[in-house]
Amino acid sequence: MRHTISLLVENKFGVLSRIAGLFSGRGYNIESLSVGETIDPQISVMTIVTTGDDQIIEQINKQLNKLIDVIKVIDMTELDHVEREMVLIKVAPKQEDKAEVLRLAEIFRGRIVDSSQRTYTIEVTGDEKKIEAIVELLKPMGIKEFVRTGKIAIAREGVKKG
Amino acid sequence: MKITGAEIFVESLKKEGVKHIFGYPGGVVLGIFDFLYDNKDVQLILTRHEQGAVHAADGYARSTGKPGVVLVTSGPGATNTVTGIATASMDSIPIVVFSGQVPTLLIGNDAFQEADIVGISRPCTKYNFLVKNVEDLSRIVREAFYIATSGRPGPVLIDLPKDVTAGKAEFTWPEVNIRSYNPTYEGNKWMITQAANLIAKSKRAVIVAGGGVILSGGARELRELAEFTDIPVTMTLMGLGSFPGTHELSLSMPGMHGSYYANKAIQESDLLIAIGMRFDDRVTGKIDAFAPHAKIIHVDIDPTSIRKNVRVDIPIVGDVKRVLTVLNKVLKEDMKEQWAEVRNAWLRQIDAWKKERPLTYTYSNEIIKPQFVVEKIYELTKGDAIISTEVGQNQMWTAQFYKFDKPRTLLTSGGLGTMGYGFPAAIGAQLAHPNKLVIDIAGDGSIQMNIQELATAVINKLPVKVAILNNRYLGMVRQWQELFFSERYSHTKLDESVPDFVKIAEAYGAVGLRATKPNEVEPVLREAFRIKRTVFMDFVVDWKEKVFPMVPAGAPIDHMLFEEQKEKTEKKLKAVK
Repeated sequence: MRHTISLLVENKFGVLSRIAGLFSGRGYNIESLSVGETIDPQISVMTIVTTGDDQIIEQINKQLNKLIDVIKVIDMTELDHVEREMVLIKVAPKQEDKAEVLRLAEIFRGRIVDSSQRTYTIEVTGDEKKIEAIVELLKPMGIKEFVRTGKIAIAREGVKKG
Repeated sequence: MKITGAEIFVESLKKEGVKHIFGYPGGVVLGIFDFLYDNKDVQLILTRHEQGAVHAADGYARSTGKPGVVLVTSGPGATNTVTGIATASMDSIPIVVFSGQVPTLLIGNDAFQEADIVGISRPCTKYNFLVKNVEDLSRIVREAFYIATSGRPGPVLIDLPKDVTAGKAEFTWPEVNIRSYNPTYEGNKWMITQAANLIAKSKRAVIVAGGGVILSGGARELRELAEFTDIPVTMTLMGLGSFPGTHELSLSMPGMHGSYYANKAIQESDLLIAIGMRFDDRVTGKIDAFAPHAKIIHVDIDPTSIRKNVRVDIPIVGDVKRVLTVLNKVLKEDMKEQWAEVRNAWLRQIDAWKKERPLTYTYSNEIIKPQFVVEKIYELTKGDAIISTEVGQNQMWTAQFYKFDKPRTLLTSGGLGTMGYGFPAAIGAQLAHPNKLVIDIAGDGSIQMNIQELATAVINKLPVKVAILNNRYLGMVRQWQELFFSERYSHTKLDESVPDFVKIAEAYGAVGLRATKPNEVEPVLREAFRIKRTVFMDFVVDWKEKVFPMVPAGAPIDHMLFEEQKEKTEKKLKAVK
């Protein structure tokens, strides 16, 4: 099963490498990863999406906890939480499709962040399904370039699943 | 007053109570070596290879319980420590390795003798540091010692750029405060009570004791538990010495080369109490067929060890000594079982297994059997010695035929299986225990992997004894080739390439002795133990001898091969294949 794990870590050099090394050294796969500073600049938050059966996920959680620079491990999958990712999509539509691209961007609450004579660059934020949906719809219009962030996640306040 | 990084380094070691460090000089650590030159508090033992330095520090740590310390130069000096660090890491041994590094401004420039040792050692250290400012040095040293020795112990590396050790700062000694590192020592009380209930209910319980018992200093508590509840104890290779090998409840070692009765007891048990051990594949054999009828209680300080490869009914994360103290208390106060009565049938069954197939070999009058040498060493030392081993047949015969009664008397590379470990480890142990008899039980292959440390032993007047079981083969690999590769001895026959160990010893200024007949074994050992110098003993042994019992890799642990029924063994082998 797929899990989204949120980590609070010391904001020091080498920490990312320790975490990546933990996954590679044990043959676990990282599907997506995002890192950023928290309000406290000494602490970073990492969101890792990984897949495994219960035993593997339990090991991953324990192994992450064991790392000396890891302050806290939260398996978001066990909590009610909100997940988001962002894409920047550069589309080069034919003249007759331009209106449709703009319409799609609007439907998905995307923003046009750059436009040229031949291209639009659309920024879309949402959960995985939403991102995949707009990508599918824009594909026939000619996606020229495509960049996607890793997932970030935050727990909803006050509710615990199960 | 500001002092140099080199002085801060030495001051910090003094604060940590370090008397000896093992090392090797080089360009970027010249400043530190210069400061050590006339320092009276910290003595540097020059080994002849950096790998030897780390193993020596490891042997020092295993035999004393105090962290071993290493100082080497950058680049090749640092990379040469990797095998030693990985060895210590796999067996949870506290050592602190200081490596020199090129000046901070040159890091990443492929400078002369530069290696990214922090990157290289990351997966095999518990933690490592690159010191970027001399102001941080003493704090980092203190943190390193704390991390190495607390929780599940392990090696820590500190990389010291040349400009940091040359720079100046005030000496400070701040308390350790690492918010993200809080090992769990106290076991969960409810879980411990559950464990006690299971113990009280069980009819066929067995304890499997590992290296964690020794690391936590919990041997006394373990013995109390076993004796009070009448539960037999089998000790993993790392656990040998955690429970007296001569005790009537001792089942010797389990696993691939374990005793018949240890493996039988595990397979037939209804409760397995795993204490400070991590279910290594050499212990479990085929994991799905391991202890099929048993509920499992697992005590370990490292949560990642629990449920890593076997299902566990009662997990208890905590320090073995503390958990067992509470467990014993609960058992004594709350449980009203008549233990002896409950266990009677089980202990009689185990006795029957012990009689059915004791650990044994066929003695010969003509040729020295390697097991005979180990037995003689045990007989003459009466167990009052520190024994190190290399890796291979020598290691397994030692585990089988030497009865370890006390913790910290066996130094062996269990997890990584490092050939060349035993001799430098013995040197480290001898330095810490000048009046103890320290013996490395070696093979002719392994001893050649760090034979240069003869110089270290001789010059420091360390009377280490090395008993070489010389079969002119890489014996354990040869054994596998005989059993599983149709006797095709690919690159395991050393034969005439084996040097004259007596002459080598003499060339280094040590003593060399040789025995070629069984009746020469005891006189040679007696002579070696009498001489207060480094001694190499060359025992020319039967090359055909194999380690039995043996569980083929991947088979359940009660599918054992034995020496005496050759035909049956071959049949069984075919079936396993």
